[in-house]
Amino acid sequence: MPLKYALYPGCAAKGATPELYQSTMAIIGRLGIEVVELAAASCCGAGVVTEADPDVALALNARTFAQAEQLGLDVMTICGTCQGVMGAANKRLKEDPSLLERINRMLAGDGIAYRGTVTVKHLLWIVVREVGLQRLGDQVRVSMQDFRIAPFYGCYILRPSWDLGFDDPENPTSLEKVIRAVGGEPVAYPGRTKCCGFPVILEKEAIAVAMAGNNMKEAKDEGADFMVTPCPLCHMSLDIYQDRAGRAVNARLNLPILHLPQLLGLAMGIPPKDLGVSHHLVPVDSILRVIEKRGGSKHAQQLPVSDQQGAEG
Amino acid sequence: MRLTFSIQRYNPETDVHPHEEDYRLEVGRGTTVLDVLIRIKNEQDGTLACRYSCRSAICGSCAMEINGSEKLACRTSVRKELERHGRINIAPLRNLPVIKDLVVDMSSFWGKVRGVTPWISETSDVATDPRSGEMALRPGSYQFHNVDACIMCGACVAACTTHEVSKGFLGPAALAKADRFLSDPRESPAAKHARLSELEKDDGIWDCVRCNFCVQVCPKDVKPMEAIIRLRRAAIASGLTASGGARHITGFADIIEHHGRLNEALMPLKIVRFNLKRMLGVIPLGIRMLLKGKVPNPFGRPLPGIVQVRSIFAAARLGSPQAGRRRLAKVP
Repeated sequence: MPLKYALYPGCAAKGATPELYQSTMAIIGRLGIEVVELAAASCCGAGVVTEADPDVALALNARTFAQAEQLGLDVMTICGTCQGVMGAANKRLKEDPSLLERINRMLAGDGIAYRGTVTVKHLLWIVVREVGLQRLGDQVRVSMQDFRIAPFYGCYILRPSWDLGFDDPENPTSLEKVIRAVGGEPVAYPGRTKCCGFPVILEKEAIAVAMAGNNMKEAKDEGADFMVTPCPLCHMSLDIYQDRAGRAVNARLNLPILHLPQLLGLAMGIPPKDLGVSHHLVPVDSILRVIEKRGGSKHAQQLPVSDQQGAEG
Repeated sequence: MRLTFSIQRYNPETDVHPHEEDYRLEVGRGTTVLDVLIRIKNEQDGTLACRYSCRSAICGSCAMEINGSEKLACRTSVRKELERHGRINIAPLRNLPVIKDLVVDMSSFWGKVRGVTPWISETSDVATDPRSGEMALRPGSYQFHNVDACIMCGACVAACTTHEVSKGFLGPAALAKADRFLSDPRESPAAKHARLSELEKDDGIWDCVRCNFCVQVCPKDVKPMEAIIRLRRAAIASGLTASGGARHITGFADIIEHHGRLNEALMPLKIVRFNLKRMLGVIPLGIRMLLKGKVPNPFGRPLPGIVQVRSIFAAARLGSPQAGRRRLAKVP
């Protein structure tokens, strides 16, 4: 039976990081995931709308949850920030009936009501817990072996842990597990759980790029070939602002940043153009050169290709 | 069980750099990290310096970095740390000057707490202030959101990612303290406005990146970041809407209300606006993003069902009689 979810794309995947949406759609079928896209779902508020009005942020999310509830599906997010914000909103709405009632009153004019039956899960969690690392490993056609890959979690997918309930924020392991499953070697560095600076990048750029720069420099110092993140806002800070981040910490970074589904897609042997890598400001050529060599050569043949049918099973 | 405890040592009078020292100790069930430190001092190495007093998570003296995270040593179980991390590494609080070993200089911390005026400011005229007759707090008339539970241990400041790169940042503990006074009904609205006018400056409320580290590490569930968010809301509500941070909030909400989703092409216009220098900083990146297909169409059609989104904002602006309090700040 396929795993079926209501896909909540979020703003970034439909805006400044179109490669996230493209790569997500390219890989999910091979993992046995089917989605119905919530095309009318609004922004989750990103932790920003709640600063204007907490009830508006909750109501926007309740509206989205109600759309998934209508479909009888759980929500799949592909953005760490969406996951944190929506997971916390959902928890509050489920745990506090009077709050749910008040928020539903804001939606009542349009005939919308959320009953509190939906669960919100990030693609990373779905891959680790529901698809399974074994199945992911079975789909690998181009091993990421010899790549030292720096996992960058970002804040919202880890903290506060009682709102998320997946990884240990002090010692998260899900990205590392995924990196190992595609043959790569995860790089350990303190910055992997820290902030990318994105939330203040437009108004307090010096703070933001110093954070991004420190984290990437640490990863480079530990020998990272590239970085992977489950959050497109982190991606924007780390990729788009990388030149400035490097200047802030006096380092030439030149560190490609991959979205989680791009890493999976490359390992599955999906053509890079189908994963949207041309949208990156920091070129990923250094990765592609190695992968192209492996693609049709002995490396690929060493990998299991027996379960080509397994993808559909 | 016999365990190894790896402790960061540093004596600025004799050492060039901090270094790790390992101590092996037989410990039983229920042992805390502070128990271990005290035993090491008594049984193995009297030169080890650490701060402690109450030993029961009340005084806030023994905050330190245990296995990479800020914790009170007195309520951190050795067994649980071992299960979680497979090792016990102990270091002083990050991003504060080390006096010796695990003892850090908290003077910048206290300076920032003093810097937020942690007392009720005098009202302009006590005699004519209509509230002066009811200065005693009555139950239900105030809500400190648990920020008064703070024990000033410094864990949040050490964990703060903004403080790490910007030492002048007032930081989570001091800002949570400020929120406590903002919630106090005995302080006049004028004094609160003056308070917020100070806090909206550089190194204040708008420097927080909402990383949630302070919320995660606080041993008393103060949730300092939530306090900072309350201060931001209060600043906007009291008309302090000109800062980049405030414009980020109001501009973002405005885009969602009209388009349903965030449009990254519009955000710089909302935040940077007429600041020519900042705009010149944004434009080159904008061009590079445009060439890479990363700039969404600023004139794109709004989300399907945008009417529903707008009615959420309208409902909030109206405020239902039951909720009674909502007012979405409208910025010209």
